[in-house]
Amino acid sequence: MREVSGATLGEVLDAYFRDNERARGYVLDEQGKIRQHMVVFIDGELVRDRDGLSDPVESKSIIDVIQALSGGNE
Amino acid sequence: MSDRCYLATRKGLFTVDRRVSKWSISRATFIGDNVTLVMHDSRNGNLFAALNHGHFGIKVHRSTNGGETWDEITAPQYPPMPEGYVPKPLPFFNKPLDWALKLIWGLAPGGADQPGLIWCGTMPGGLFKSENNGASWELNRPLWDHPKREEWGPNGAEWPGIHSICVDPRDSRHVSIGVSTGGVWITKDAGKSWTQTGGGMRAEYYPAEQQGDPNVQDVHCLVQCAANPEVFWVQHHNGIFRSTDGARSWTEIKDVKPSVFGFPVAVHPHDPNTAWFVPSTKDEKRCPTDGRVVVNRTRDGGKTFETLRQGLPQEYAYDLVYRHGLDVDESGNRLVFGSTTGSVWISENGGDSWQTVSSNLPPVYAVRFVKP
Repeated sequence: MREVSGATLGEVLDAYFRDNERARGYVLDEQGKIRQHMVVFIDGELVRDRDGLSDPVESKSIIDVIQALSGGNE
Repeated sequence: MSDRCYLATRKGLFTVDRRVSKWSISRATFIGDNVTLVMHDSRNGNLFAALNHGHFGIKVHRSTNGGETWDEITAPQYPPMPEGYVPKPLPFFNKPLDWALKLIWGLAPGGADQPGLIWCGTMPGGLFKSENNGASWELNRPLWDHPKREEWGPNGAEWPGIHSICVDPRDSRHVSIGVSTGGVWITKDAGKSWTQTGGGMRAEYYPAEQQGDPNVQDVHCLVQCAANPEVFWVQHHNGIFRSTDGARSWTEIKDVKPSVFGFPVAVHPHDPNTAWFVPSTKDEKRCPTDGRVVVNRTRDGGKTFETLRQGLPQEYAYDLVYRHGLDVDESGNRLVFGSTTGSVWISENGGDSWQTVSSNLPPVYAVRFVKP
């Protein structure tokens, strides 16, 4: 777990990925949208804006980035 | 002991017979068709095969002569949506669920006192019942209309589904089912009412505060011990769980080598402490650890495991075994499993050693012994 700042999901993820550019492409596609089989929760709530990453984030929010059950390779 | 098993594969249904001590394929049916499941009904010998045609939908075929000939019978059908009803969007996918059959994922005969009764679990989450050997099917409304059913999530496929159906040998009205993703549900009145269980399970693919929610548990396979029906085993998306109180509460079995990930589990019909698993490395690495195919067996209720490998490939093997890809016969001595790379192995000594039936079959979806 790492602490990063930002007022929206996009800002927070951007701050996180700035120090780990390679991780960006594992979570977001080349258009900056959440990959189909990744799920992101803010304080336990599923993110609503998966394309624009505009969901608001509080200063103490916890963001979980998790692989969805749906994406596993067989 | 069972001398025959059936293999449902991506490109046909195969009969495997024991001749002296060697097992070999004796018949191939539905060649080229995607046979996703097979069921043998020991009450009358009927065989059922579920087919998933790419173009033409899901079909069911039945044989009443041991697989010599087959007839297509009615497939389960979802009813029309009630007027004005707006389905909740599916978790994650955020789109409404079709009321249309996507896959037959579980088939189980009813009890000995319920001739003709067959349970059928499907995607997108409906449980169907036939009371006439599959001639017609009815959606179980109490479960389908349960508000928590609408919260079931997807799995490897886009839709939730019911894959495991355990009819209690003490009371046929008592049925326990496994749902991916939707935990474990029990009826004690033949489906009139349902209770969700699953306390003690843990879903590590959710944020911490939701990991214990029974409705998000991705049960890969649920089995019940015939001799001690209070004991259930579950292979779960992130581990192995066991219940000794009739599936009401669950204990996680940890620190299993080489891994706790996998799809199938089989329980010994006479010994609730003995169960078999086919481990895969982990969710994001669905192949045997180090390229070695192994079967894990516990004989002490999960306290310890033996990793069985005699007769199984021990280098550069990447076989994955699906939830219906492992079975044990009524004696508990004979086991069969089949893999996504078309290999099938049979053991006659509880898994101590294995013989190869084939290494060249289509991807195997389900294996089932013929049981008396």
